[in-house]
Amino acid sequence: MLEVNEIQKSYGLTKALINVSLEIRPGEVLAIAGENGSGKSTLMRILSGEETQDSGTLSLDGISYQPKTPLEALNRGVSLVHQELALCPHMTVAENIFLGQMGTRSFSPKKAEHKARPILSGLGYENLDPSTLVRELSISLQQVVEIARTQVVNSNYVLLDEPTSSLTKADIRKLFALVNRLKDQGKAVVYISHFLDELREIADRIVILRDGELVHQGTMAETNESDIIRFMVGREMKELFPRSERHVGSIVLKAIDLTGNNEKPKSASLELRQGEVCGIAGLNGAGRTELLRSIFALDSVRSGKVTVGSSSPTSIRHAWQLGSGFVSEDRKEEGLALTMSIAENLTFPGRKGWKFSSSQNEESAKKFSEMLRVKARTVQQNVSDLSGGNQQKVAIARLLHSGCEVLILDEPTRGIDIGSKAEIYELIDGMAKEGKAVLIVSSYLPELLGICDRIAVMNRGVLTDFVPVAETSQEKLMELCVQS
Amino acid sequence: MKANGIIGVFAAWVIIVIIFVILISHFRDKAFLTPDNFELMMRQAIIVGLGAIGMSYVIMTGGIDLSPGSTIALTTVVVALVIKATNNPIFGIGVSILVGLIAGLINGILVAKLKVGPFIVTLATMLIFRGAAKGFAGEQTVGSVPDTWIEVFTSALGPTERWQLIPKGAWVWVILLILMSVILHRTVFGRNVVAVGSNEKTARLCGINVDGVKIGVYVICGIFAGIAGLMQVSRVGIGDPIIAAGDELKMIAAVVIGGGSLLGGEGNLVGAAIGTLIMTTINMGSTQLGIANWIQEIITGLIIVVAVALDRYRMTRPAKVVAT
Repeated sequence: MLEVNEIQKSYGLTKALINVSLEIRPGEVLAIAGENGSGKSTLMRILSGEETQDSGTLSLDGISYQPKTPLEALNRGVSLVHQELALCPHMTVAENIFLGQMGTRSFSPKKAEHKARPILSGLGYENLDPSTLVRELSISLQQVVEIARTQVVNSNYVLLDEPTSSLTKADIRKLFALVNRLKDQGKAVVYISHFLDELREIADRIVILRDGELVHQGTMAETNESDIIRFMVGREMKELFPRSERHVGSIVLKAIDLTGNNEKPKSASLELRQGEVCGIAGLNGAGRTELLRSIFALDSVRSGKVTVGSSSPTSIRHAWQLGSGFVSEDRKEEGLALTMSIAENLTFPGRKGWKFSSSQNEESAKKFSEMLRVKARTVQQNVSDLSGGNQQKVAIARLLHSGCEVLILDEPTRGIDIGSKAEIYELIDGMAKEGKAVLIVSSYLPELLGICDRIAVMNRGVLTDFVPVAETSQEKLMELCVQS
Repeated sequence: MKANGIIGVFAAWVIIVIIFVILISHFRDKAFLTPDNFELMMRQAIIVGLGAIGMSYVIMTGGIDLSPGSTIALTTVVVALVIKATNNPIFGIGVSILVGLIAGLINGILVAKLKVGPFIVTLATMLIFRGAAKGFAGEQTVGSVPDTWIEVFTSALGPTERWQLIPKGAWVWVILLILMSVILHRTVFGRNVVAVGSNEKTARLCGINVDGVKIGVYVICGIFAGIAGLMQVSRVGIGDPIIAAGDELKMIAAVVIGGGSLLGGEGNLVGAAIGTLIMTTINMGSTQLGIANWIQEIITGLIIVVAVALDRYRMTRPAKVVAT
């Protein structure tokens, strides 16, 4: 049994884990649920030796367990399978399985492949040829390789961090079979996922974290879905989504028969009016992001027409000038220049003329930073110093600074804490009330249902009509998302 | 970065100067800190120093330019030919800027439009410009340039000119340094340069003309190489197609010693200027101490390693990890 006793971990001022205690038992699947930023990943990193806790103790079968490196954790039988797979694509399955475990002397590919076979068949994948190059495998088989790696050292504790986030339904079934097999072999599996139905199906017990604290633990059978959500979010759903009276005005954004270069989107049309929030649901890869990017001239299109106000944007700059603004789904890679200040980030699109005064710039940035309650000492602070939620507020503040009337938001609440989410929902509602138009893509259906007036679904590049939120439901939307 | 970074580089320079003052007075019984030496150092630093201004702009966008050494050589050839033909240094000045601008434009357009890495593009143009220089010069030096006032930029100050402190070419360097610093900090273009280097995708998302910024910085780098080429002609009085080979690496070294990051997004022109002076100081001090050239090169290399290591240390010291 792996015991965690009152561990704490802080990063600067952020408390990632506060007095967390739990047990991981052999022959059991333990689900760990929680919003992004709730401390799940930090807990996993501590268990797998990638980080060390500030205080508290860990013990394994009654003996103190304090791994300083992932290798040390591995030698004690604890291994973590990362969400982003850590494989060498140019090497074979066998080489990947034995990476770092091949000893110091000679290496024989034949011998490695020979030794890899029983491990793979032990996982139920006897047909996977160990001499295949990993880059030729599907994501789900790559995951199998990663799990196989944990079995080289016969890990008794396998930690799976969001293993299904990029898997298809059929692959998820196979993964579950594999997890159950490990469980039957008497191993402990820790399973992190955002998908509650998956947790229900695979887990025996559940632990819920919120803002670094353990707020609930119990058997899966005695914990129902709405409890889980309540524990995760810390409040009832309806408080989360304010909805003021909105007055719908004239059409401010129009897309007609927009077709992208790879058929994503496929002849999509939409109209967005002042004072309304329109949402687009869909699976990852359905083409939602591509649609938004085509509308904003970020991606080139094969055909179709976009109108913002009365004219069609010819460049990204022109799109901003016409009063539209875009928030990227990828905050760190695209949304923000992390090494630059809040003030600079906030004002990129809104600058006029050729002269630049940093004091004036900071002055005007400050107004919007305060309006959105960005938690920072000054606007001169680098964006990289902020928490995810505050970073996202800066990315949204940029749109307000440049005076946007049409806001195009791609997954604006992905990966941020629940408090910031609530503030962003409030902000979106406030903007709609002022008569601004919001087009939002989100993978989180309750959020779309909570804040939108109309919702459409994108499925393999095809956009459905927008329907009023009152006429749809999570089930109906999900069905449209997954139907082929 | 910013102010305390510059203070650090400046302090490093002062320490290096002090070391040479002590060594030279001890072993050679001579003074190192003399007005003559200072003037000499400035004269030696001008060419790399001017080039480092343009190089800083390129590196701040996350790019690199390997061609300025060749551009300098090409410029010396063309300037020498023009002055020989016209006997008028004004045309020489004009043509030096023009050659640099064209070279920079070629680099910039190739980098921005071909989407090929700047390392490869400028490696190619390094060869092309060098070849062009040799071709224009007929594979020999062009000279000597007729006696004109072009020499004043790099000539030693006469007894009556002492009040000017440093040679006129060095004043050109200082003034351009101030001008380019102002452009970097006080114009939208300058901020866009930093934005592109900090995160090109964000810059694009925000409607910044990323290709335009890239072409702009390579043109700036080319023009400064052209001006450096002019100074080269002023100093030696000939057009030499094989001169300044490797100067681009000295410019890059100056930027790095001055606190610039090759990843882009940061760096400062004053730091790069002090970086140039550090290398010149080592060079001069070692020569006056009688240290062999190969040792000077090793010392300069070590300084670069130390500068980069200190920078890394400074960057990693405050824990900036954010929990996910």
